[in-house]
Amino acid sequence: MVKEYKTINQIAGPLIFVEKTEPIGYGEFVHIKLPDGTVKRGEVLDTSDDIVVVQVYEGTSGLNKDCSVIFTGETLKLPASIDLLGRILSGSGEPKDGGPPIVPEKMMDIHGAAMNPYSRDQPEDFIQTGISTIDGTNTLVRGQKLPIFSGSGLPHNEIALQIARQAQVPGSDEKFAVVFAAMGITNEEAQYFMDDFEKTGALERAIVFLNLADDPAVERLITPKMALTAAEYLAYEHNMHVLVILTDITNYCEAMRQMGSAREEVPGRRGYPGYMYTDLAGLYERAGVIKGVKGSVTQIPILSMPGDDITHPIPDLSGYITEGQIVVSRELHRKGIYPPINVLPSLSRLMNAGIGKGKTREDHKAVSDQMYAGYAEGRDLRGLVAIVGKEALSERDKKILEFADLFEDQFVRQGRNENRTIEDTLTVGWNILGSLPKSYLGRIDNKIIDKYYPDKPAEE
Amino acid sequence: MEVKGKIYRVAGPVVTIAGIDTKMYDVVKVGHEGLMGEVIKIVGDKSVVQVYEETSGLKPGEPVENTGLPLSVELGPGLLESIYDGIQRPLGVLKEEMGNFIHRGVTADGLDHSKKWDFKACVSPGDSIKPGDMIGSVQETENILHKIFLPPNANEGKIKEIKSGSFTVVDIIGKMEDGTELKLSHKWPVRNPRPVKFKMAPKTPLVTGQRILDTMFPIAKGGTAAIPGPFGSGKTVTQQQLAKWSDANIVVYIGCGERGNEMAEVLNEFPELEDPQTGRPLMERTVLIANTSNMPVAAREASIYTGITIAEYYRDMGYDVALMADSTSRWAEAMREISSRLEEMPGEEGYPAYLSSRLAEFYERAGIVETFNDDVGSITVIGAVSPAGGDISEPVSQGTLRIVKVFWALDSSLSQKRHFPAINWLNSYSLYMDSLSPWYEENIAPDWNDLRGKSMEILQAESELLEIVQLVGSDALPDDQQVTLEVARMLREIYLQQNSFHPVDTYCSFDKQYKLLKGILRYNELAEAALESNVEVSDILHVSSKDELAKLKYEENFDSMIGPVMDQMEKEFSTLGGY
Repeated sequence: MVKEYKTINQIAGPLIFVEKTEPIGYGEFVHIKLPDGTVKRGEVLDTSDDIVVVQVYEGTSGLNKDCSVIFTGETLKLPASIDLLGRILSGSGEPKDGGPPIVPEKMMDIHGAAMNPYSRDQPEDFIQTGISTIDGTNTLVRGQKLPIFSGSGLPHNEIALQIARQAQVPGSDEKFAVVFAAMGITNEEAQYFMDDFEKTGALERAIVFLNLADDPAVERLITPKMALTAAEYLAYEHNMHVLVILTDITNYCEAMRQMGSAREEVPGRRGYPGYMYTDLAGLYERAGVIKGVKGSVTQIPILSMPGDDITHPIPDLSGYITEGQIVVSRELHRKGIYPPINVLPSLSRLMNAGIGKGKTREDHKAVSDQMYAGYAEGRDLRGLVAIVGKEALSERDKKILEFADLFEDQFVRQGRNENRTIEDTLTVGWNILGSLPKSYLGRIDNKIIDKYYPDKPAEE
Repeated sequence: MEVKGKIYRVAGPVVTIAGIDTKMYDVVKVGHEGLMGEVIKIVGDKSVVQVYEETSGLKPGEPVENTGLPLSVELGPGLLESIYDGIQRPLGVLKEEMGNFIHRGVTADGLDHSKKWDFKACVSPGDSIKPGDMIGSVQETENILHKIFLPPNANEGKIKEIKSGSFTVVDIIGKMEDGTELKLSHKWPVRNPRPVKFKMAPKTPLVTGQRILDTMFPIAKGGTAAIPGPFGSGKTVTQQQLAKWSDANIVVYIGCGERGNEMAEVLNEFPELEDPQTGRPLMERTVLIANTSNMPVAAREASIYTGITIAEYYRDMGYDVALMADSTSRWAEAMREISSRLEEMPGEEGYPAYLSSRLAEFYERAGIVETFNDDVGSITVIGAVSPAGGDISEPVSQGTLRIVKVFWALDSSLSQKRHFPAINWLNSYSLYMDSLSPWYEENIAPDWNDLRGKSMEILQAESELLEIVQLVGSDALPDDQQVTLEVARMLREIYLQQNSFHPVDTYCSFDKQYKLLKGILRYNELAEAALESNVEVSDILHVSSKDELAKLKYEENFDSMIGPVMDQMEKEFSTLGGY
């Protein structure tokens, strides 16, 4: 017998406080029936003999003390099925595309369990995204979580879509299944993604979860968990390689802050809750590869840095958890360069495991290191030129300065539909390195220089 | 005697229980599944428990048992080569029991209770022994003799019986006259430091094979160091390099609230890498504790204590133990999270007011000591700190820096230039320099300290010159300063930069460090002399042997190559002076 309680004592923000219940489990899934018959859903945040605190996903508007509360005795679950592919769902997993209801093969707890570190396999399969600044200098591998740090008005969505379109493991025809979770993005942005998915036929191997800007903030907190549960299902039950795109993590964190303040918690830095690190880790750490299992989960979370500030708590805590970051730069964007990825603050921690002989090419690391060093020095020199003028530079400095320009113009810049193979990327790299004399290439082994250094300079 | 109570309230990892008497830090089993937790607060007839496992589904009214014992680890042969979660459950056993994901309610012994060890007694019936005295030993791995002691928390007395032979860690190997049973293993509460006879002053360096650490900012065996740095600046790589190459006998590596994939990397690599001292697989001297960021937060809080207790146990056997904690910030955040659920009055940035005393207590468990068995053992603690926004004015960094003696300042502007290890040579410091100087003079070379001093001087001069260069350009500098800039560049690029992914460069012996440093500074001497005899500065800067020197660090047969390169350098300079 499922009991209905009509003992709501207090409603505050997204929370309701229910009295005089039987023992209720922590984290239990809750239905709230409104007098007009609509049903809202929620989750138990705090339970004791005296009072139970429930967080309502769809927000508390329209609730009053006459509502009845039903505790289901279970935690929130995703109805997982292979038929989810090709479907568009709401942020809490309800069909939104007018299609039939989902017939679950398995009910899965959306909070997921932590992967045993002992079961993890080291991610080392190179993913070719076709974007030079990622493949060449910040390589993505299967099982990695590599966020895009961006800012408002920058083309992070285009980059994410280009990755989703082009990503593949060279030498295998397998396409990635894409799980796309939108959190608090505008209807227009969502439309942009959907159009692209439909146009390219990507939708049939994608699952889309949409929580839009006007959907309740509290629903945002479960959207990525739903999406990652679906991804784990595809990866570990159906042996698929899954690419998860989460956008925008900043909206997710704002929702977390909103909930925290509704619960009257002690706020941490900039008002975000103290457990934000643990909470974000609970999302990001769900990327990975398991020994002896064929599927994998790779994550590309997108987050817009408030005020382009990389030390803001959201990018800061993310950066401590994720395996690197791709930083989109306003400066490059203003110069009209697409994709405006600034490689200097960007990083892929798993790059070394995924590149080199037998994976990409023997010269990959050396080329990448040399370009980094050259570009970093070149950018420093730009500052110097602004003060002392180009004439005061030494011969070497002038060459380096020119290299930095070539790097942006030829290596970073590419077309929105230009899918460069890793060979192409390295060739572009060598062409621009060819503008420097061999003796400047201190980070490259002589043998490799002899083999790959272009015969004629790049500016043919 | 176990008494039953029941759950009163559940809020995340913090559970309030009632109807049961508890002491602070008692371990209790909560709910029908017996989830492990620890009492952290007592209010009236209720106790507040932090639970080490996921609590969803837990209901008020479920039963609670008090074990009456504090959180303890099981110490004995078999710790080495293990990989544990924060409360010493072997992850391999958890995998067998629960599959690839960690669910809850599984208990697992810290040591394998079925494996037999060959025990050799070194005392006989009738001998009087005190707590901490050795009673025998087990060969744990090829190089580690595992000494078995009368546990420090036992009573002194006479041995009634003891025998050598093949035993598991729970078998009885002997008895004391008062009836105390002797075993190969014993339990120790993690929050209590293990006693020692006395602590000594550190006098020998922990050799790490990392040039910037060994030469510029050394840490002593028994010392403490902190590596604060923003994300992506190389904390974890530095910690792993230390775990791989330092000349400790035992390494305890705590992955506290960090990435799962990084632990997978360690697990993949360590069994294949060789210990540079013994040639055996690195894993044979390593204990790993992996409580990744998505594993329960209370167990993360405990992981640091679990690690240091294991380290102390091996120190008591007279070994040099190095403990890496990556990252202490995650540990502090776990404290903050628990503290805020307890609704404690927060201190700075929401951290509990007791943060700095907890940090101090932890680092104080490092040190070089004489044990009750008259051995000398040490624990060197190296803690990574992950300051929010890379700004070390935050409480965890500040609390740490007040205690530790060595500060390796990671710098993101260096890591963006791919200068690794990205340790800033101007901001870092080591307070062990003076106490270690005699060791260097005796064991490396009499002029070692002078070389180090000279190179720091040049690097310091460079930073001042660079400010001028920013204004006038480098060509406008006088000749001697241009030489200084060049030597500083060589020091940075040849000496301080070290490629941890390069098979040869990843480890640099003291001998090689000395020769390399000497080579660079010899160039400086020759260049200065050449300037005096009016040689053109551009000729000095184009000496080709210095480029040769730059590539030498990657060569396997460095030793045979350095001589000819240096000879060539002398020759080149002598021809320069010739006209």
